[in-house]
Amino acid sequence: MVDSKQKWKAWLYLSPAIVLLLVFTVWPIFNTVRMAFLENYSGLKAAAGMQFNFGIGNFLKVIEYKRFVQCLKNTVLLCVLTVPISTLLALLIAVALNSIKFLQKGLQTIFFLPYVTNSIAIGMVFAAMFNIVGSFYGTENELIVTAGIINNVIEFFGGEHINWINYGSTYEANMFVMVVYIVWNALPFKILVLLGGLQSINKQYYDAAKVDGTPRRRVFTHITVPLLSPMLAYVIITGFIGGFKEYTSIVGIFGENMGPPNDAGRLNTMVGFIYDALETNSQGRASAAALILFAIILAVTMINNQVSKKRIHY
Amino acid sequence: MKVVLQNLTKIFPSRDKKAGKEVVAVNDFTFEIPDGKLIGLLGPSGCGKSTTLYMISGLQKPTSGKIFFGDDDVTELSTENRGIGLVFQNYALYPHMTVKQNILFPLQNLKGADKLTKDQMLERAYEVAKLVQIDELMERKPSELSGGQQQRVAIARALVKMPRVLLLDEPLSNLDARLRLQTREEIRRIQKETNITTVFVTHDQEEAMSISDMIVVMKLGVVQQIGKPQEVYDDPTNLFVAKFLGTPPINVLSGRVENGRVYIGKDAIMDVKGVENQEVIIGIRPEGFELNENGALRCEMNNVEVMGRDVSIVSTNPASISPCIRSIINADNKVDLANKTVRYNVKPHKVFLFNKETEERIRYEVK
Repeated sequence: MVDSKQKWKAWLYLSPAIVLLLVFTVWPIFNTVRMAFLENYSGLKAAAGMQFNFGIGNFLKVIEYKRFVQCLKNTVLLCVLTVPISTLLALLIAVALNSIKFLQKGLQTIFFLPYVTNSIAIGMVFAAMFNIVGSFYGTENELIVTAGIINNVIEFFGGEHINWINYGSTYEANMFVMVVYIVWNALPFKILVLLGGLQSINKQYYDAAKVDGTPRRRVFTHITVPLLSPMLAYVIITGFIGGFKEYTSIVGIFGENMGPPNDAGRLNTMVGFIYDALETNSQGRASAAALILFAIILAVTMINNQVSKKRIHY
Repeated sequence: MKVVLQNLTKIFPSRDKKAGKEVVAVNDFTFEIPDGKLIGLLGPSGCGKSTTLYMISGLQKPTSGKIFFGDDDVTELSTENRGIGLVFQNYALYPHMTVKQNILFPLQNLKGADKLTKDQMLERAYEVAKLVQIDELMERKPSELSGGQQQRVAIARALVKMPRVLLLDEPLSNLDARLRLQTREEIRRIQKETNITTVFVTHDQEEAMSISDMIVVMKLGVVQQIGKPQEVYDDPTNLFVAKFLGTPPINVLSGRVENGRVYIGKDAIMDVKGVENQEVIIGIRPEGFELNENGALRCEMNNVEVMGRDVSIVSTNPASISPCIRSIINADNKVDLANKTVRYNVKPHKVFLFNKETEERIRYEVK
């Protein structure tokens, strides 16, 4: 223990970190809660000296918003679709990578590249791949330059091109593009974690399984997956947390419009809703929405923990 | 099931192409393991004993040579088709399964004609669990078991498919001293009851000697000597084997043979026949000394360790190659610590002579 006379020194050395935390973490959290419960709170009005009543009006307002329900639906849908798909794909790729020696390092690097690439940049590339430049039904002035690589491939196999993200595209087509993009973007981190987990599994388990003539599929389901379960749980929980905070991916593909040109905001998410509220100087509403999002993430994480308790073998 | 190893050789290629030399882990090993016996492969680390075991198991392929189980050539057969049970050094029990699931696991892999019903599997599992006395721990996880219990589970898992050959890799190295004694008796009992040909690997000579029907002493991939434990102990073929077997280890001194007498320094300790005059290395087992006031061998007394039944006298001699000379004598002999020198006579059958260059045994007749 530190000598009590020296204690002030300990506090002194800790103070830079404590001050930073207080200013940039503790105070914002506290302030968010405060603003959420002050009805119709607005930073501008507060600066003008207006007083606000205490109450849950902000929360009621948020829930009444039609846009909010749409945002919640988009967010939940993206989470539920992308987390299982990306986890399963990452598991398969990690297992495959782990079982080859030749080119393993090279492929590992390639799979990891999206992680170090700006997600807006990736989004723009994806948008270009799915984009139709020009118009199909357009006037004589408009030329169809390209239908995008994906549509070119579909056409090559004799299919009809699909309007993925352009004017008049369907919600399902939009969601499909989003799911593909988010899954692709989420893969590298998951592969990295799972590959690390795989490489730390004792090889003797596999030798033992080999001696017993265990079929490959059974080795995967009965040995690899259970022994990897702590890593899988980690990847799934952080996947859900990240999924509920989805925002940049939508911007990456659809721009700030958050939807195709004819239906702006159609693909907006919870975080997008919060940003929108902030832009109209409705900090009270934004804070309430942020707390709702926090509650949802907390609940989902707790459910995740509860479910995985029985299935994780540390 | 007898197991025949024929000119078995394993060469590991060098990792580094520039500097590397390939490593000969096992060199031309030929041996027939008789049916239903317990064989100990013994040697210091890096002697190729584990490699030999893994080649018998099929997890490693020999570079050359053949392996037969009975009359079947299994050299090219994959592990799962050889019908072996293998117990790993750290047991490799699946941590997420209960003891019962661990033991059932190999049975659930059986296919085709060998396939068992659930009841048959359970019956087999409990039968083998009873044999190794863990039938009351079936619902526990491996992490809830002691080292000795885990060991038994591993043996049960290896035995449950009724293997033709049971292989144990350093079965006792993860256990504490007391448990080690108990478990080696247990392994012996299980082997006797099942009568399965068993090969186990150890670096502990005491372990190997105490339970094996035969031991194989290896060094740097080359078999040094094969035989019954007592025979190898009493009649080692070279200095390495003599040094490797026995606790406390054999005392090694330099000396010479002159005109049919064996000298250590100026002391003529015994007469031998049929040995030419030469410099030799002399090995004397600790139990090969007799206290005698007029004994031929004079040593400087260091201290005396009392072990109850015996006393162990630690002394030094200028000719000694090992740091001290340790003799074990009956506690009835009174040892006077005040004496600066201690004098011994040696028992000729506990004394071995080795060639100074080759370290091979020089046989002699006692005059």
